[in-house]
Amino acid sequence: MNKVKTLVIRTAGSNCDYETVHAFKTVGSEVELVHINQVVNKKTILNDFHILAIPGGFTYGDDISAGKVLANELKYKLKDQIQQFINNGKLIIGICNGFQVLVKAGLLPEINLHGGDQQVTLTENDPGKFEDRWIYLQPISQKCVFTKGMTEKVYYPIAHAEGKFVAKDQNVLKKLKMNDQVVFQYINPEGGSADYPWNPNGSVENIAGICDPTGRIFGLMPHPERYFHPTQHPRWTREGLKQEADGVKIFQNAVEYVLENFF
Amino acid sequence: MITKIEISSKSQSKDLSNLLLKTSIADLHIKTVTDIKNFQVFYLLGEISPSEINKICEELLVDLITQDYAINRSLEIEDNTMWNVEVTYNPGVMDPVEKSTLKGIRDMGIKTVSRIKTAKKYHLSGSLSEQEKQLIFDKILGNKVIQHIVQPDEEFFAEPAKYIFKRIEVDLMNVDDNRLMEISRDGQLFLNLAEMKTIQDYFKKSGRNPTDVELETMAQTWSEHCVHKTFRGLIDYDGELIDNLLKNTVMKVTEELNKPWCLSVFKDNAGVISFDENHDVCFKVETHNHPSALEPYGGANTGIGGVIRDPLGTGLGAKPIVNTDVFCFAPPDYPREKLPPGTLHPKRIFVGVHAGVRDYGNRMGIPTVNGALFFDESYVGNPLVFCGNVGLMKKNTTEKTVKKNDLIFTVGGRTGRDGIHGATFSSGELTTESEVVSSGAVQIGDPITEKKMVDTLLQARDRKLYTAITDCGAGGLSSAVGEICEEFGAAVNLEKVPLKYDGLTYTEIWISEAQERMVIIVPPENEKEILNLFESENVEATVIGTVTDTHQLQLFYEGTKVADLEMDFLHHGVPQLTRKAIWKKPEYEEPEMKPPENLTDSLKKILASWNVCSKEWVVRQYDHEVQGGSVLKPFVGVANDGPGDASIVRPVLDSNKGIIISNGCNPKFGLIDPYAMAASAIDEAIRQIIAVGGSLEKIALLDNFCWGNTNKPDRLGGLVRASLACYDIAKIYETPFISGKDSLNNEYQVGDTSIAIPPTLLISAISIMEDTTKAVSMDAKSPGNLIYILGDTKNEMGGSHYYETLNLKSNNVPMVDPISGKKIMEALSKATAAGLVLACHDCSEGGLAVAAAEMAFAGELGMKLDLTNVPSSDNLKRDDKLLFSESNSRFIVEIAPECQDQFESLMEGNPFGLIGKTTPGTKFEVIGLDKNKVINADIFELKEAWQKPLRW
Repeated sequence: MNKVKTLVIRTAGSNCDYETVHAFKTVGSEVELVHINQVVNKKTILNDFHILAIPGGFTYGDDISAGKVLANELKYKLKDQIQQFINNGKLIIGICNGFQVLVKAGLLPEINLHGGDQQVTLTENDPGKFEDRWIYLQPISQKCVFTKGMTEKVYYPIAHAEGKFVAKDQNVLKKLKMNDQVVFQYINPEGGSADYPWNPNGSVENIAGICDPTGRIFGLMPHPERYFHPTQHPRWTREGLKQEADGVKIFQNAVEYVLENFF
Repeated sequence: MITKIEISSKSQSKDLSNLLLKTSIADLHIKTVTDIKNFQVFYLLGEISPSEINKICEELLVDLITQDYAINRSLEIEDNTMWNVEVTYNPGVMDPVEKSTLKGIRDMGIKTVSRIKTAKKYHLSGSLSEQEKQLIFDKILGNKVIQHIVQPDEEFFAEPAKYIFKRIEVDLMNVDDNRLMEISRDGQLFLNLAEMKTIQDYFKKSGRNPTDVELETMAQTWSEHCVHKTFRGLIDYDGELIDNLLKNTVMKVTEELNKPWCLSVFKDNAGVISFDENHDVCFKVETHNHPSALEPYGGANTGIGGVIRDPLGTGLGAKPIVNTDVFCFAPPDYPREKLPPGTLHPKRIFVGVHAGVRDYGNRMGIPTVNGALFFDESYVGNPLVFCGNVGLMKKNTTEKTVKKNDLIFTVGGRTGRDGIHGATFSSGELTTESEVVSSGAVQIGDPITEKKMVDTLLQARDRKLYTAITDCGAGGLSSAVGEICEEFGAAVNLEKVPLKYDGLTYTEIWISEAQERMVIIVPPENEKEILNLFESENVEATVIGTVTDTHQLQLFYEGTKVADLEMDFLHHGVPQLTRKAIWKKPEYEEPEMKPPENLTDSLKKILASWNVCSKEWVVRQYDHEVQGGSVLKPFVGVANDGPGDASIVRPVLDSNKGIIISNGCNPKFGLIDPYAMAASAIDEAIRQIIAVGGSLEKIALLDNFCWGNTNKPDRLGGLVRASLACYDIAKIYETPFISGKDSLNNEYQVGDTSIAIPPTLLISAISIMEDTTKAVSMDAKSPGNLIYILGDTKNEMGGSHYYETLNLKSNNVPMVDPISGKKIMEALSKATAAGLVLACHDCSEGGLAVAAAEMAFAGELGMKLDLTNVPSSDNLKRDDKLLFSESNSRFIVEIAPECQDQFESLMEGNPFGLIGKTTPGTKFEVIGLDKNKVINADIFELKEAWQKPLRW
């Protein structure tokens, strides 16, 4: 292995795979887009990769609840492989539907692939509908590998119906904060605490993304891969084209981490 | 063993859907409902242990953080103070949740659950009469076309009766004309007498009677929907004989313009134009009007699902990259008591159609980037739902090849009884009976099945495993196989077609319009590889027959031949219709009225009219950015909520080349003159492309005609005029048509009266933009800049929104002068390419005042305008008309003062006027001809008027 390699998993209803692959490729990773069936059939496949990405979409139609059926599949069919992947110090990112999958599979906020007792969830937006809009985020975590060095607020779009972050109880929330696992919080344009629409879904404590205690597993509802090119910004025609789009750093950080730790 | 699981949200009181239900029930004038709760219900068939049930609940079905559940009992106390009602799908209606849930349970290692049924349960507290309950179910909780209330003795898992094969012949040889028509009517064939007699003659010559499936195949293939009899027929237009209207107008433009970048026009499922050195793009727009009238969600759902399969079935297949949608409804505040019997309320249609398009498009991961909404009372019986899709193709894949012994495959979804008679049904008029008689034509879509199919087909395409592909749309396998094997012949074994459930007759299998299916032609040597590929993606693929060289369409069921039709007769035997067309311009008395005192109020009224008001509520719920190519979004400006013109998308992410998508539609003009309506639609669609920085160099158009009953000479006369306009205008703009579709007979029959829709032509346009970083948005950019109007403002108030708010009619409908329009657009394109244009907005609904106001509030800037310099060739001297005339080929443009000379010299020779400037602050002011202030408003006040109506 002499190149950073990313595996983007897809299945029925994955749909942000094209732009996620593009993002990782652009920052220098080799990328393979692989159907879950192939991952299940060839159990050693994960060994070939450093980064596992679960893209956005509506896997299995988001039937039952968003991301649930794929989460169930990972838990029951790939438990050991994923555990091994994590033990090897590798990286996992779940964006939007991918975040929902990570939470429901027991990969976030901490690894519990053996079923039962989910700590946090992502549920229906307070406005009760799917919305596509741009929001501001404050990076918080010092621990998360993917947001390393990010201190300024960023601007990403969200596009989901079930993105309201809820924790099982106050203790879970407290622990998340104590462990520096809250990665992104929704903020208003002035940088203050966000109400709707700046907190687009009613997430508790404005939480938009979290990581595991090691900082190597990261899930978020907003779409960094959709602000990867300057013309994706909704106001570039009035504010001008930015040198670098706000989403690039997330993917760069992942690749750099692998370069530093695996080569 | 059946296990029932009930699930409910822990915060029912905050559940918005309960609140919405309550409001909807109150809208029915039922005020007794005090509280509503809803529950998700699963029925599981199979032997499972209590611990397995617990596991299924706690790990799969229930989110324990937000939900509670109960097994084989009610979750909450049920007593007689409430109506406890459960709604489920009718047998045979596809419910994708059942499939996913079964998969989830199997993944957990539990194999004994064999079937699943879902239901939705409601508790409605408060006393309700039986009649009120029925009303609440019919109007709100369900749609009897697809759903019913669960009965105490409900058999959830009843096995459908097995089909016992019997070949059926229809006696056609020895019957008279009356009987022929009876056969057509009773069989819902929608064939006329001349057609029935042609079929009779064919079989007399063959010396035998047809089978039922042969007759059905004829009816499908010869339906208006599939063969466009009106457009291709003989029309006597006021003494002038037109042989094939389509060929003589819309298709003629394309032929005469002969653009080298038009790669495949009017022959495949979508029109194809070239994009870059590696790709082409194709575009198709279809209507799904009749199904959406009966079941708005399912109708629109399958409308978008269906049109996605058009680009997928074009050439060797395209990746779907953009959706568009345009709806025409009666106004959402239409009085309930005026509703014709058998129709759904327009607000319910609106909400249902919107949700249908949203859910399918979002789940498919295709951005919905462009669309429009029009409201007119005449759409009450016939809402129009236009769905469009753009696909990205590999270079040199526009041609299909079929040869003898190739295998015919169906791939994707299974075949059920859904959508039987869709093609013929959509070719007739809707009546009060339609919801009962034609309900089989309505279906619910399954976007995930379609998504899997697309993912797999594109891989098969890239591995060159098949040589031809087409969609299974209207007419089902009958149309798909019939068309793709037309030149050779086909032998199909109908018992091989995978079914959703038992009991389908061979005819039902053949004509079912079940969704999410495609037909591909595979050389025998690729059979194994393609089967493996589809299996690896959990998508079904089945060989159902072979290509022959018999030039016959032959169908078999378990070895018995059930059809044997000449391909040539099937495809070319339909007798050409001869129809009379006349057109007389309606004469309205030209109103004489003094301008209203307060034009600021007039402006606000227009901004708040259903057609003009903000559609953000609609668009926000569409994913318009997935696939990452979004360059210019539907909403732009400081707060991302100003109404953009065309949208721009970069389909190839490492390139700045893009496509521009727009549409034009002016039904209000159609009631005055369909010629002007069509011309305006073309002008508007093109204008929007120019407004965002495009040019006339490479714009292709699609036509979608939606008309009333064209058997009536006046309706057909209008259609002829609209088609003539298509030729005249597109020819001069040099914008070829590449594809199109028509939906005729949009009339709603109530007793003796017929409500016809306004003649409606939707023009969709697509253009290629070399460098999308040159795009321009409509929001005003900074204070102190110059505001120009380009184009001529005339006394053309007919069909204007200004007159509509005053309830006035006029004969002076906006016309198009394409020679002048072209010059203006060319000059403007030069200015945008030179980077001079800071903002540009298409001047359309509501005229100059609305366009300028939208630019101001989108940019959160003031504007001060003066009407003295508005160019008007017919010397308009009224402030109100200058402000609100909807004359075509006009733009409002923002230019920096230092670019004034350069811009004006580019515009030389065109009508244009410097009408004012942007200002700091938030005042929107207009000075009239006599130097008085005629409009004086705060931009946020105008924005509020514009946003309020659809802030649902």
